[in-house]
Amino acid sequence: MAMTEQRVSYTLDSSLETIDSAEEKATRIAAELGFGEDEIMQISMAVREGAVNAVLHGNAYAPDKKVTLAFERTGEALIITIRDQGPGMDLSRIPNPLAPENLLKTSGRGIFLMRSFMDVVEIRPSSAGTELKLIKHVHGPTAGGKEASQ
Amino acid sequence: MTMKVGSRQVDGVTIVDCSGRITLGEGSVILRDTVRDLLGKGNKKIVLNLQDVNYIDSSGIGELVSAFTTTKNQGGELKLLNLTKKVNDLLQITKLYTVFDVKDDEASAVKSFK
Repeated sequence: MAMTEQRVSYTLDSSLETIDSAEEKATRIAAELGFGEDEIMQISMAVREGAVNAVLHGNAYAPDKKVTLAFERTGEALIITIRDQGPGMDLSRIPNPLAPENLLKTSGRGIFLMRSFMDVVEIRPSSAGTELKLIKHVHGPTAGGKEASQ
Repeated sequence: MTMKVGSRQVDGVTIVDCSGRITLGEGSVILRDTVRDLLGKGNKKIVLNLQDVNYIDSSGIGELVSAFTTTKNQGGELKLLNLTKKVNDLLQITKLYTVFDVKDDEASAVKSFK
C-alpha cells in the first residue's frame, strides 16, 4: 500500500478476495470522505463491479497478474482508478443490458451499473491492460443529488 | 455476511428464505444450487423471499435471472418476495422489475400460483 495525503493505492492479487477487499476499502473511504449512505453504496458497488471486471475479465484470475486500485480525493471529487494487466477490454463488445434481447442474459450488467452509480466512468483499454476511472463528485450538503458539479 | 438459505413449503409452494449477500462466488453458487435442487426434486413453484438480502451485485442479478429462466424452462414459476429498497432499485434500473413477478406479501405470492 502506498499513501499520500490525498491518494492511497493498493496492489492486489487476481482473486475473489480482492473483489471483497476493494469493495470494503471503497465503503470505508467513501464514508470517511463524508458521502451519504446512498452514495457510499453506489461507490462501493461500482468499485466492486470494476474489481470483478479486472479480476475475472482482465486478469482472468492469473496469479502472476495484479490489480492496482487507487483512491484520490480532490477538492471536488473522489477519483478511483482500477487497472488490470489483461489483454485490454474490447469496448465494441459491451452490450446494452436494457435491450430487450439482453434483458434475460445472466451477465453484462457491470459497466452499466458503474455508469448508473458514478458521475464519470472512463475505460481505457490497451495491450498492457485496462484502466478504469470512476469519479464521484462531492455534492454540497443541500445539493441532494446529481445536479451538483459536473 | 455470506448468504444463507432455508426453504419451507406453503400450500404446495416452496418459499426460499434468503439472507445476506448474493454476490459473485459463494452467494451466487448457493442460490444456484438451491434452485437446481428444488427443481430436481420436482418443486416447480418457487418464491425467493429476499427480505433479508441486503446486497446483490451484477453476478447476483445474473443468478436471479438464471434461476428465473431455468425454472421457467422446466415448466415452473419463480417469483420474488419482499424486496429491500436496494434490491428493488437495482431491479428497476436494470429493467428486470418488468421481467420478474414481484410480490410484497407471502400470502398473495402463494395464492398467485396457478
